[in-house]
Amino acid sequence: MSQDVNSDLSRRGVLLGMGAGAAALALMPSVAHATREEANDAFAKLTGGAKPQAGKVTLKLPEIAENGNTVPFTVVVDNPMTEANYVKAIHVMAEGNPAPGVVSYFLQPTGKAEVYGRMRLAKTQDVRAVAVLSDGSAWEGKKEVKVTIGGCGG
Amino acid sequence: MPTPKVKFNETAAKGEILEIKTMIDHDMESGQRKDKDGKLIPRKIVNKFICTLNGKELFHAEMHGAVSANPATNFFITATESGTMEFKWFDDDGSVYAISRQLTVN
Amino acid sequence: MKTSLIALAALFVALAGSAAQADPPFDPKDPKMAPYISGDKRSGYTFAEPETRAMQDDEFLNPASLWVEKGEALWTKPDGKANRSCSSCHGKAEDNMKGVGSVYPKYDIHAGTVINLEQRINMCREKHMAATPWKYESEPLLAMTTFVKMQSRGMPVQVQIDGPAVSYFENGRRFYYERRGMNDLACKHCHEDNWGNHVRTELLSQGMTNGFPTYRLKWQKLGSLHRRLAGCNEEIRAEPYPLGSREYVDLELYLAWRAQGLQVETPSVRK
Repeated sequence: MSQDVNSDLSRRGVLLGMGAGAAALALMPSVAHATREEANDAFAKLTGGAKPQAGKVTLKLPEIAENGNTVPFTVVVDNPMTEANYVKAIHVMAEGNPAPGVVSYFLQPTGKAEVYGRMRLAKTQDVRAVAVLSDGSAWEGKKEVKVTIGGCGG
Repeated sequence: MPTPKVKFNETAAKGEILEIKTMIDHDMESGQRKDKDGKLIPRKIVNKFICTLNGKELFHAEMHGAVSANPATNFFITATESGTMEFKWFDDDGSVYAISRQLTVN
Repeated sequence: MKTSLIALAALFVALAGSAAQADPPFDPKDPKMAPYISGDKRSGYTFAEPETRAMQDDEFLNPASLWVEKGEALWTKPDGKANRSCSSCHGKAEDNMKGVGSVYPKYDIHAGTVINLEQRINMCREKHMAATPWKYESEPLLAMTTFVKMQSRGMPVQVQIDGPAVSYFENGRRFYYERRGMNDLACKHCHEDNWGNHVRTELLSQGMTNGFPTYRLKWQKLGSLHRRLAGCNEEIRAEPYPLGSREYVDLELYLAWRAQGLQVETPSVRK
């Protein structure tokens, strides 16, 4: 078992390094970023064409992400979770990332419409979440997150 | 070998809303990074997570490369019936990591 | 001389009044901060954003807990030719490892030198379990170090710096004040003279070590103090020393003395 771990570590040693290059690697520098249009298109696919209205969705994110590699977030949708009326899906997108899609959650009429996760953000940008309800309507919330770049390495 | 971790109130009153906290250790290699020779490192992530109670889906997530390593997924359910909660994470390489817990509803 | 002064001045910028970035909230009178302060010493926790603190506070949000569980499993797993586990000698970690992690690095009579907790664990593996030592920064060594050290959570860091430890301590102190690398900086330039100020967007902490091993948001992984030190050295364009080297163990001892009185926070979460 320790064999596996060690070989994995040496691989990671090469990839992550401990050096100046590691920071650049981790922050995905030279990759093209998604555009707002691409994010809109991706949302449209996920919502089955329903145009998201502003409201109902609150994205809780740090004002300043200390590191873009691990940004905790919570999405809360102000909607019941009953058989008759519930949140079917929550799609999270980061439009300034190389690919806008972060994660999609699919819910059942149970509990409450709140999820927690952690995402990577390539730069300061708007994070968007769209909730699709059981009646087919879509609701959107967004939040700007400032991502600290150029901090200390190690 | 990733080892998942799950936490919730395993003995609950009927109608109680339970927060389910989950985590798994996984690098979530995004497919966006390059190695030292400039070659793209192939994507290897957990792309799907699902939670079921007695075989019935309660929640699932579809993840992309922008989910941080060691993904945490927390969500809520209503305690309605006792039974087996199953949690499964699906890796790009076909591996499935699973853990189960008993839920007792009084 | 002149150029290096200009470079230094340009490097440390107090972003006072800049609307771009507000520092994380910190009130020394806030009772919630009390466990993270000792006199004028401040844990890295007090320099972290509230979301990062929240991640550390809750075991089920703290990703380092995944490694803690691995360490716990290894504690009772027999290994090596002697077919013994840690628990064969030490019993329950919760009872018998309390107060162990908080006193390392420490002079060890058998080793004849100052060793850190990682090295103590590997010494046990070699001498008592007849097992191969774990590689520095390997998953099992990080997991075990974290599991042992967290048994001292809440206890003050307390290292011995006199007697046989004196020369090691002095080496560590010298390292701390010695300029190095292309940036010609010593540890003290950032962490003694300029904590609370910024290097570009980076808020400098006092460089306290009481939370290591730590889960870094940047690494997306648990890591050792030595990995962090190597990163610091690279940042100032200095050649890092190998993890587990004499230089870093001595520095670790000196840093532990600087953190003396702060509570063990392992496993912490830092940016």
